[in-house]
Amino acid sequence: MAQETIAGKNVEVDQEGYLINPEEWTKEIAVEIAKDIGIELTDKHFEVIDYLREQHAQGTQLSIRKVGKSGITDIKELYKLFPGGPLKHSSKIAGIPKPSSCV
Amino acid sequence: MNKETNEKPLKKVCIICAKGTIEDVYATLVMANGAVMEGIEAKVFFTFFGLDAITRKQMKKIHTATVGNPAMRMPGGLPFPSILGMLPGVEAGVSAMMKQQMDKLDIPPVDEFLEMITAGGGEIFACKLAMDMFKLEKEDLWEGCSGVLTIGDFYGQCGGENTQIIFT
Repeated sequence: MAQETIAGKNVEVDQEGYLINPEEWTKEIAVEIAKDIGIELTDKHFEVIDYLREQHAQGTQLSIRKVGKSGITDIKELYKLFPGGPLKHSSKIAGIPKPSSCV
Repeated sequence: MNKETNEKPLKKVCIICAKGTIEDVYATLVMANGAVMEGIEAKVFFTFFGLDAITRKQMKKIHTATVGNPAMRMPGGLPFPSILGMLPGVEAGVSAMMKQQMDKLDIPPVDEFLEMITAGGGEIFACKLAMDMFKLEKEDLWEGCSGVLTIGDFYGQCGGENTQIIFT
C-alpha cells in the first residue's frame, strides 16, 4: 500500500496502482490513470466506469460477461474501449479493486 | 517487462484441446479467454474429441465422465461409486449439475464462451485430420471458427517471441 498523488489528489493505491478506497475516486483521477494506460476517455468509457462503480458498490463480483450483458456495451466494444485489459484497465480507471475473476 | 524479475511478459498462447469432456473443454476455454482478457494473443486448435466443443450439434451436449473418474464425488464429498455412473441418465445429470454450478460463477455455456474469446480477438481452429476422421464438414462447425488447419498450418500460427503451446 502506498500514497500517490493522482491529478493533484493524495490517494492510497496498491502495488499495481489500483485505488484502495473507491470513495477517493474522481473523474480527474480516472482521466489521469487512463492516460497512464494509454486510453483517452470518452462518454462511453464513463458509462462503463459508472456501471462498474455501481456494481462494485453493491458488492457484485464483476466479470467481462456481466459487463457484456449490462446493456451498456457488448464484449467486442469493451475490448475496443479498453484494449489489452478490458476488465483490468476499466476497473483500475474506475477506482475499484483489481478484478479477481478468471472470466 | 516485469521490473522485479526482468521477465518479458507472455505474448501469445496456442492451446490444443484433444478431449471432449467438460473439464478438458472448459480448461481450454478459460485459458484462452483468460489470455485475451490480459491482452495476450490466443489461438485454439480443437482436434479429436475436442472437436465436439466447436461442432454445432455437440457443443451444447458436452459431458463429464462419471465412470473411470476417480476424482468424482457425491455432493457433500463422499466417493462416487463407479457403478452409479454407469446408470442411464447419471452422466447427463451430473453434467447438468456441473454446468449449473459453473453458471453461478458466471462461466458461460460453450458457444457463448467461444464468442467471448473471439470478441477479444482470439482465434478458433479445427483440425483437418480429425475432421476427416469424424466425417465433418466446415458447415458442421460453429460459425465463428476461423478455419480448418493441418497441424503444420497451426504451428505456422504459433510463431513469435514469448509464445507458448499448451496441450490440455
